[in-house]
Amino acid sequence: MNAALRPSEHQTEPLGQRTKVLSLVDVDKSFSGGVVALKRLNMTVHAGDFISLLGPSGCGKSTALRLIAGLMRPTAGRIVWEGGQGRDDFGVVFQEPTLMPWATVGQNVWLPFRLRGQSYASVKDRVEETLSLVGLERFAKSYPRELSGGMKMRVSIARALVTAPRLILMDEPFAALDEITRQKLNDDLLALKSRMGSTVIFVTHSVFESVFLSDRILIMAPRPGRVLQEITVDAPYPRGLDYRTSTDYAAKARETSEALMTAMGGVLMEGE
Amino acid sequence: MMAATDVRNMTKADAPQLDAEEERHARAKRIEGVAKWLLPAVVLALAIFGWDRIVVINAIPRYILPGPGLVVQTLIQDWPILYPALLVTLKITFMALGVAVLGGVGLSVLFTQSRFAEMCFFPFAVILQVTPIVSVAPLIFIYVSSKLAALLLCAWIVAFFPILANTTLGLKSTDHNLRDLMTIYKASRWQRLRFLQAPSALPYFLGGLRIAGGLALIGSVVAEYVAGTGGVGSGLAFRILEAGYRLNIPRMYAALLLIAATGVVIFMVTTTLNHLLLRKWHESAVKRE
Ligand SMILES: Nc1ncnc2c1ncn2[C@@H]1O[C@H](COP(=O)(O)OP(=O)(O)O)[C@@H](O)[C@H]1O
Ligand SMILES: [Mg+2]
Repeated sequence: MNAALRPSEHQTEPLGQRTKVLSLVDVDKSFSGGVVALKRLNMTVHAGDFISLLGPSGCGKSTALRLIAGLMRPTAGRIVWEGGQGRDDFGVVFQEPTLMPWATVGQNVWLPFRLRGQSYASVKDRVEETLSLVGLERFAKSYPRELSGGMKMRVSIARALVTAPRLILMDEPFAALDEITRQKLNDDLLALKSRMGSTVIFVTHSVFESVFLSDRILIMAPRPGRVLQEITVDAPYPRGLDYRTSTDYAAKARETSEALMTAMGGVLMEGE
Repeated sequence: MMAATDVRNMTKADAPQLDAEEERHARAKRIEGVAKWLLPAVVLALAIFGWDRIVVINAIPRYILPGPGLVVQTLIQDWPILYPALLVTLKITFMALGVAVLGGVGLSVLFTQSRFAEMCFFPFAVILQVTPIVSVAPLIFIYVSSKLAALLLCAWIVAFFPILANTTLGLKSTDHNLRDLMTIYKASRWQRLRFLQAPSALPYFLGGLRIAGGLALIGSVVAEYVAGTGGVGSGLAFRILEAGYRLNIPRMYAALLLIAATGVVIFMVTTTLNHLLLRKWHESAVKRE
């Protein structure tokens, strides 16, 4: 069986023994303009986690992700990757699909391999397999401009998954999509995650999305950006329509909304 | 029951209307397709006809304004003189364009790889560009002993800047998220250039090439005017000068016609190249339905 399709080794392990993937220790990030984007950010990611960073825009969610991705260095604090070689082993999905318009869907998904010097022929099966995982097996030869917004995002996800990374970083990947497409992609993302056993850090500003997807939600507050509260979502996977319409889900969404309100320093709406 | 009948009536009434609309649309498209070629052809033919009439009606002598018929006749008659000249002009133009592409692309890659190189050499590129070629050409002809090389140098100076400027801009206009992606996947400088910057720059380069194609022709013609001397290896510009001294106006027109035709061919070639390379993905070239 292909490595991309191996079932999760981590999800069935008891909580106390789960392997750490990465931790952020007292991470600060300030920019030259004097903006303190992050202040004392602490976070531990275990294998198999689905962590959401939830907060209003400007609270440093993207900054946290870019620090983890190694696109910038923290001003203070440390980012510790457990198990050495894990440092390079992640995929990223941005808010925009970020596809190369001159390349076909297949070539776009090939990119991570291509940059490692692997020919298309040598990874063709893997590319096609990943494309069929996101439901785009018939579009390998299409160009991005021929696809809808949701389909482009699927390509972007396929590109992040194709190397079967240990960790996937997603920065508001579905924020620009309509509600129906977004729900479908949420369902598919969960299915993919459980199938591949990956670990996900997911940035969003949607309470409902975070409650549906994640097992841990980090509520962040702006100025300076920091984590105010962690909410655990115990509902078991797989989650689907039943969960989306359950009272558990509604209660969790409410709890999360309230926490978010507090984080923003706002008062609850009347009638709450 | 009532509702069902209504619906049936409605679709019946609507269906032919929709067809009519579609047909109108298709017809408009067909007409546009034909008009795209026919209109310019007709207008051109009318203009030539008008030229002919003006010459005939006013009995304008051939040493002032020859009619179109005479120009074509001269073109055929003087072909043994004009054809070699055309070849020379074509040779210089295309060699200059080729060197401009190499130089422009090479320098732009250098500029985007090293900011210091850009700081050092960009001013020179600008100076070369802003100094009128007619004023520099005489010096070039003094210093460069080979006439061909001198002509080539002049045409190159005129043609290379748009390629340099456009390609540099294109190499820098890459999507920042794709740049981040390259960093994340540890792409080397060369991979970045090859997989991200070069394709991003292609539309810009092709835009520069279209301008440079016309400029290379202008450059080679202007340089030849300045060079002035005849002998072997004289291009169309020299033939025009020579015919002017002899008041052989029809031959001037025939040579002019060849230069204009060369310009049009260069334009068509670069436009076609642009279309072929970009039609799959770039907004400027894809056909929208
Ligand atoms: N490159 C940068 N230079 C200066 N300030 C920045 C930069 N990137 C982000 N910021 C600032 O840092 C704060 C957090 O930004 P960001 O991480 O993008 O927030 P979020 O993703 O939560 O909306 C904002 O106030 C933003 O203006
Ligand atoms: Mg953001």
